[in-house]
Amino acid sequence: MTSKPPKDITPLDFEKPIVEIEDRIQALLSQVSEQVSQHGETLDDEIEALKNKAQTIRNKVYAALTPLQKLQIARHPQRPNFTELIQLLSPECWFELHGDRAGMDDRAILGGIIELACGPVMVIGTQKGKGMKENLTHNFGMANPEGYRKALKLFYHAEKFKMPILTLIDTPGAYPGIMGEQNGIGQAIAFNIREMARLKTPIVSVVTGEGASGGALGVGVANKIYMMEHALYTVISPEGCASILWRDAAFAEKAADALKITAQDLIAMGISDGIIAEPSGGGHRDPVKFAQAIVDTIVPVLSTLKQETGDALTNQRYEKYRSIGAFAIA
Amino acid sequence: MSLKDWFASKRNKAARLHASSMNNNLTDEDICKLWTQCFSCQENIATKTLDANLMVCPYCQYHFRIGAYKRIAQLCSTFSEIDANLKPSDPLGFTDTKPYKDRFEAAIKKTGLNDAIVCGVAKIQSELCSIAVMDFSYLGGSMGSVVGEKITRLAELAIEKQLPLIIFSSSGGARMQEGTFSLMQMVKTGAVLAKLHDKSLLYISVLTEPTFGGVTASYGMLGDVNIAEADARIGFAGRRVIEQTIRQKLPNDFQTANYLLHYGQVDTVLPRKNLAEKLATLIRLHRISSGIEPLPFEFQPTPVPQTVQTS
Repeated sequence: MTSKPPKDITPLDFEKPIVEIEDRIQALLSQVSEQVSQHGETLDDEIEALKNKAQTIRNKVYAALTPLQKLQIARHPQRPNFTELIQLLSPECWFELHGDRAGMDDRAILGGIIELACGPVMVIGTQKGKGMKENLTHNFGMANPEGYRKALKLFYHAEKFKMPILTLIDTPGAYPGIMGEQNGIGQAIAFNIREMARLKTPIVSVVTGEGASGGALGVGVANKIYMMEHALYTVISPEGCASILWRDAAFAEKAADALKITAQDLIAMGISDGIIAEPSGGGHRDPVKFAQAIVDTIVPVLSTLKQETGDALTNQRYEKYRSIGAFAIA
Repeated sequence: MSLKDWFASKRNKAARLHASSMNNNLTDEDICKLWTQCFSCQENIATKTLDANLMVCPYCQYHFRIGAYKRIAQLCSTFSEIDANLKPSDPLGFTDTKPYKDRFEAAIKKTGLNDAIVCGVAKIQSELCSIAVMDFSYLGGSMGSVVGEKITRLAELAIEKQLPLIIFSSSGGARMQEGTFSLMQMVKTGAVLAKLHDKSLLYISVLTEPTFGGVTASYGMLGDVNIAEADARIGFAGRRVIEQTIRQKLPNDFQTANYLLHYGQVDTVLPRKNLAEKLATLIRLHRISSGIEPLPFEFQPTPVPQTVQTS
């Protein structure tokens, strides 16, 4: 794993106290180089103390994040995206497989074969771009029907060759557009849900950022669902929920609290099977560690699931979803 | 009695009759209920006539939205309800401008239903089937844990008794107040339909006004045969959301039943009056061809409430 963390990280508003300290460290460092050249003095102790202080504050801030702050981290423009993660998960091998075989190749859902310690793995996920140009190419990670149909083609491929499937989810939802409705976005997602329930090969999902609505489920039915520490899984974006139920998107913070969308909530609800810890300050501060944490979690899980029969896998999946929900008797 | 007296008594009787009819406690509201204005052609229709015409406007053939029990009464010759007693809990303790608990308690009071779906085993003409009908008047027909659980139980019963399954959808989508629980009902229902599919049992999805969001993107579009009822609007994303996203106005017929038919998204569009016959035919054709006969089912007929419910 060779990639370096990004240099200029855009700080989030709640990171302000940390940013101030970091600015002071920077100022001191430039002072140091002057002083060292003039008098041979260093400020190592002071810098070290400030670095420790910054880290303490960061740990404190990140231990008490609100759902809306987590959403900001999950949507951070520098958060490692699908292709970056693939590079880190499997630097030697990435064979992308394009197209839905019906005239289109959605760039919001990508898929192909990688190689992990447990063997070849079919990996499929939503791709957000870095910067405007890339985001336009990948439609901000919002897939159209052809994306889900490409994924379906790859599911069948994986099943045929006994490859386990890994899906990486980071999407604001399926794209709400005219073509999508004409080409059956609802049908495409529905069909993927049904077929993923039937696949006789292991499926593991990792929600790396935003897991929103049906758009996430279209590649999200799995034996095991893991969520990154600051990832979210939700029925509707908090902004969308606020504009419907409160009739004002400004209530997004209230909606984010009420919807119970954090990785920690989803464990309590029995939907997610585990949380993958992120590097301090969020995945964008150390993509290498971020990817390594994913590998460390999923490789043993995939190795175990590969031992199961196809029927055991579909039964396990059925039982997992069969028990989700809460109701009362009148 | 003189002729004069006779006339006088006649007058009194008429007055008494008039008074007694006034004492029928008919409020203005009740009298208004005797007439319904068509949303489409604006004609005033006697509610009785409308009801006898399956809630379809006799002038312009506009299909009014109907409640679950009315649908069942129109369609089924026998019906035995299951799981009527499942009602929402409030797993998230959700409150928006009102607590979710108050919202569903009010919906129960208003509709007489415990949640937005009625499930059971029925006969349509002479064909035995399992059937679920959603009711839009209960919190916009939204799909929460109860809807997911009831559909799953019904499909499991269909597998056990080798019955075909019919689901009438009418829903705004997933129920936000149950958060990710409601989202996961899409998978739960999709997974049980996968089982039904593997048993080669017939599933017919009937999409009625309106069917959107998580319902379209799960059991709504998973029928072996997908039927849209005339005048239904069906889609994944709502019209307003799409207009805001693409910043242009959408055509009038966008997401209508015929629009979906044109783009190949449904197998057929049917008027309400043909549904019973067509469903029975479909069931019969597939029953004969697959050779899968329903196992005997003991009916405990449920009296279907005859309230006029136009949702």
